[in-house]
Amino acid sequence: MKFGVVIFPGSNCDADAYHALRDAMGVPTEYIWHEVRDISGFDCIILPGGFTYGDYLRTGAVARFAPVMEAVSEFAAKGGLVLGICNGFQILLEAGLLPGAMLRNRAQRFVCSHQYLRLEQLDTPFTCAGRKGQVVDIPIAHGEGGYYCDEAALSQLEREDRIIFRYCDKEGNITDEANPNGSIANIAGICNKERNILGMMPHPERCSDPLLGWSDGRLVFQSIIQTLAKKVPV
Amino acid sequence: MPKAKIYITLKKTVMDAQGQTVQRALQNLGFTEAKSLRIGKYLEMELEGNNSSAMKARVQEMCAKLLANPIIEDYRVEIE
Repeated sequence: MKFGVVIFPGSNCDADAYHALRDAMGVPTEYIWHEVRDISGFDCIILPGGFTYGDYLRTGAVARFAPVMEAVSEFAAKGGLVLGICNGFQILLEAGLLPGAMLRNRAQRFVCSHQYLRLEQLDTPFTCAGRKGQVVDIPIAHGEGGYYCDEAALSQLEREDRIIFRYCDKEGNITDEANPNGSIANIAGICNKERNILGMMPHPERCSDPLLGWSDGRLVFQSIIQTLAKKVPV
Repeated sequence: MPKAKIYITLKKTVMDAQGQTVQRALQNLGFTEAKSLRIGKYLEMELEGNNSSAMKARVQEMCAKLLANPIIEDYRVEIE
């Protein structure tokens, strides 16, 4: 199996994602430059965090038109796994690969902190190694993390069990106090209808190395690895 | 050269935390008559062309494709 970490101008969490996968999880990983149009041979693509194109116009608005994104779209359409973290999630939203949009944090401040998340669904390639209702601590670092979608879209997400992570307190309660940015329904991460694309605002790549004394993020990468290991090679 | 004036605003259904914050600041400065404030973007574009309605249509396309996010923003285009 091979993981690819895309680098856009302004990505800054690419090295962390690369290290988490190659060194902490021990899987073959390569960087993918944003101008590359051929991403055959990869099994999972990571769109990492950062401030691509300076977040100019809207966060992720310019990156979604990068040459590599056409390949990522096709890759996802064929069932390839795509994980968008923070700015990566924003790029997936702007690209229309996931529904909704991001608003500036309601407190008008960049928030960088520990964050409890509740695992809502296990039947995705990104969470299958977890336990239902499991509470994990995966850090957030963002200024525009207020997930928004209209009533119809929210109903659909809930009906189709596509809300994957929610901001919660230590006990797993979904409260307004535990919501760091004003996201509707405390949404921290969602997936697409086919469940092969996940976008999440928190950073699992920042807590996947036991050396740092904090590895709740391993759950996400472990799930992907488990999923890929089960796939019958073509 | 003709100029396009583009106004991009948050949809009415979207909460404008930035606008609310600034409105509170105005209140604190004594401008108590400012009851609500919403903040948007204003863009000016010089463009080549001579047909006003054709240019307007093109700029609206630019808005739909890149300049605005139709999920959370509305846009209005003026050509002069």
